[in-house]
Amino acid sequence: MTANSTSLFLVELRVPDALLIRISGKYHGQNQLQNATAIIAALERYPEVRSLSFDSTGLIGWDSRFVAFIRNCAELCQTRNIEIHDDGLPAGVRRLLRLALKVPERKDVRRTPDKIPFLQNTGERVVRGWDGALELFTFLGENIMAVGNLLRGRAQYRWADTFLVIEQCGPQALGIVAMINFLMGLILAFVGAVQLTKFGASIYVADLVGIATVREMGCVMTGIILCGRTGAAFAAQLGTMKVNEEINALQTFGISPLEFLVLPRMIALMLVMPFLCAFADFISIAGGFVVSVTMLDVTPTEYLTRTIQAIQLHSFLLGIGKGCFFGFLVAYTGCLRGMQSGSSAAAVGEATTKAVVTGISAIIASDGVFAVLTHVLQI
Amino acid sequence: MNTDETKIEIQNLTIAYGAYVVMRDINAKVKRGSVFVIMGNSGSGKSTLLRNMIGLQQPAGGDVLYDSRSFKMMDEEQRRIQLRKCGVLFQNGALWSSMTLAENVALPLQEYTDWSPHDVAGVVKVKLALVGLSGFEGYYPAEISGGMRTRAGLARAMALDPEILFFDEPSAGLDPITSRNLDQLILELRDSLGATVVVVTHELASIFTIADDSIFLDAETKTMRANGNPKELLKHSTDAKLRAFLTRGEFSAEHAARTSTP
Repeated sequence: MTANSTSLFLVELRVPDALLIRISGKYHGQNQLQNATAIIAALERYPEVRSLSFDSTGLIGWDSRFVAFIRNCAELCQTRNIEIHDDGLPAGVRRLLRLALKVPERKDVRRTPDKIPFLQNTGERVVRGWDGALELFTFLGENIMAVGNLLRGRAQYRWADTFLVIEQCGPQALGIVAMINFLMGLILAFVGAVQLTKFGASIYVADLVGIATVREMGCVMTGIILCGRTGAAFAAQLGTMKVNEEINALQTFGISPLEFLVLPRMIALMLVMPFLCAFADFISIAGGFVVSVTMLDVTPTEYLTRTIQAIQLHSFLLGIGKGCFFGFLVAYTGCLRGMQSGSSAAAVGEATTKAVVTGISAIIASDGVFAVLTHVLQI
Repeated sequence: MNTDETKIEIQNLTIAYGAYVVMRDINAKVKRGSVFVIMGNSGSGKSTLLRNMIGLQQPAGGDVLYDSRSFKMMDEEQRRIQLRKCGVLFQNGALWSSMTLAENVALPLQEYTDWSPHDVAGVVKVKLALVGLSGFEGYYPAEISGGMRTRAGLARAMALDPEILFFDEPSAGLDPITSRNLDQLILELRDSLGATVVVVTHELASIFTIADDSIFLDAETKTMRANGNPKELLKHSTDAKLRAFLTRGEFSAEHAARTSTP
């Protein structure tokens, strides 16, 4: 039995088998649990009780918690086979209760958080992983066929779209590519300078920056920037098109989304990446130049001559070639994840995340393979 | 043209998402030049049936015949040719958002005809005018209202003068007057183009206005409960669920259960 200054809750026995609950004041629900316990206690004390009724004449205000409380009482009475009389309740509460009890709960739809056995879970993960890998290659195969169609002049391909993508991911990315690669050049030169001056070989900073940039850092950094910038955009664009049924609309017109949407993006990135890489190389070497000339006793002419001597044409071409391949990877992973996206806003977000994660992983992993290959082939 | 000719035939079609069966054994014939309505409660698989008919989803069983030719047996190229003869209006239009309305309507024409840009532009103008969107050629889908998007989607669906037009809930999210105008438009287009029209809807007003023939899908039994002209069905059917649907539940299910034999 509880009471406070504003609200009152009383459970009392009326006739030997009828229980009356008297509620008055403002119902705040702060004693929900206590109230329920009071009723259960009363029912335990008087097992002969067969009916439950309410008196709410003094009730001033109530909210949904009150309805929930009464509903709980009703359920309690049902399990104990006690009749419940709701005529003492406010009319609004009675109507809400009737509405809530009108459609019985569907037992078969409730989700039970079932515990999946460890082995089943592992098995399902393996199967999913395998399916994912298969999809990766299916998509590649479909793309190769689309390229085949393009070469035979039978693809539903529009160069105008390609140029639009080139503009979006080429010239518009110059700023960020320049900034990141300039800083990379600075950092490389700085780290190298600290070590090389110890041997009095500070002029070799030019070699270090030149070779590292042209062979590795230029294309890898540009690839990663493009992955975050353009790969993510591709995944989001295609994912949203999927949500809006735009891809379905293409398919029903017999237009292949692969040829129409994926191919232009892929070709655009493969065309743009070599130029971005060359630009990145140049900017990065400029960064190294700034550090060497200002911090070390190297003259500008010495640095530039040394750089030109250090960089061989095949190293430069290797970097550019890798850049082209990374461009393919970025477009491939971005479009793949976009096309795989589910049909909700959350799924598009997930697709974008996946595109960036897969893209960056693919770039780094393939760069490792390139490193081994160039070593073996002595390029 | 023989109007009794069957244009589309649905044969024992079973539709499913993975192992979850949505509807089984749907059988229906759509006559050339008629308006065929797929009706049913929300979630009964109406739109899914449409997606199965146009190859966006693979049926779990059965087949759809277009001009007596099995859609299931068609190879990819034949399917493309078949789909070129169909126009589909998706829910909310599904316009390509990166293109203007004119470009949306023009794309199918550019892909499938060798018309000059001048001819394409002329046809695009006419198609947009047919749906009352003259002057909006340069607008992007995001810049116009929902009703306009639906109409623009219709203009795009009609771009290639299709033999069959599919509508997926055309009146979804439209006010009663716009919705009614769209119904009139559907009928006029059917009459003037001679197209066969398949509409998925649960709008009673639309159903009674446009339908020549219909099927009623029921989610609980996962079957097709009725097939026929909705006005006739309302007069003669003894199916409680169908009557409840066609009368907005006023003809209550309990009442029907008492008076009809199951």
